[in-house]
Amino acid sequence: MSDDDRVFKALADPTRRFLLDRLLVRDGRTLTELESELEMTRFGVMKHLRVLEDAGLVVTRRSGREKLHFLNPVPIRLIHDRWIDKFTERQLSALADLKAELEGKA
Amino acid sequence: MSTTTNRTVTTQVYRIYIKATPQAVWDAITQPEWTERYGYGVRSEFDLRPGGAYRGLTSEAMRAMGAPEVAVEGEIIEADPPRKLVQKWHMVMDPEVAAEGATVLTYEIETSGDGVTRLTLIHDIEGAPRLALLVSGEMEGMGAGGGWSWVLSDLKSLLETGTSFTNGGGPQG
Repeated sequence: MSDDDRVFKALADPTRRFLLDRLLVRDGRTLTELESELEMTRFGVMKHLRVLEDAGLVVTRRSGREKLHFLNPVPIRLIHDRWIDKFTERQLSALADLKAELEGKA
Repeated sequence: MSTTTNRTVTTQVYRIYIKATPQAVWDAITQPEWTERYGYGVRSEFDLRPGGAYRGLTSEAMRAMGAPEVAVEGEIIEADPPRKLVQKWHMVMDPEVAAEGATVLTYEIETSGDGVTRLTLIHDIEGAPRLALLVSGEMEGMGAGGGWSWVLSDLKSLLETGTSFTNGGGPQG
């Protein structure tokens, strides 16, 4: 499986996207914190985090006795860079911002 | 990415795998001839010993848009070539970001399998919410570049293919 395949596979699951969303709001969380927000066994959450880690979307670091999970946006950036031309970047970004604003999320 | 509100982050972690030696990655981070060729095209000058100075000088393109000569100031905390670099990192080119004070930036460079190097960048941005938006790429729509993931992706292109996306020209458009 290629690096891209791993990223797409990891993203093709609502629980794993939910975990990434939680890390986007606040980075550097423990398994216990992440687990508390899901109706799922600790083992189940661990399995999902493992898939995210294998895809490079989550990076773990030790802090004392705790293992903290961080969102790593770089693999998504690499996929983005493969298809999005540098010169159309700002127009696309402006459209995305317009959508967010019109939909009241900006 | 559009603006995300209520994001509380004190440390950002970025990791990328590059087909290059740890020494090549180290050189690309610490030598000015390399740093001006990717990302924002900032010319990084390091005095690679604890307490040594760091200066990131703006590119010609940035100065043409009115930027001052120095983009980032700092100080080396730890330099262990080609494995680890820890530095104070203070963006001074924008007064509001400058007012947030210095942050700590760590580069970890490790061998990861056959001819592949794993670069992890840890940016401790405690107390610097404006800088956090900038380096996470959330200001990209305003022409501020895509932050660290954009810089690292460009660094990977340069080391693996010999050319970067930006050619050190900074944000386009």
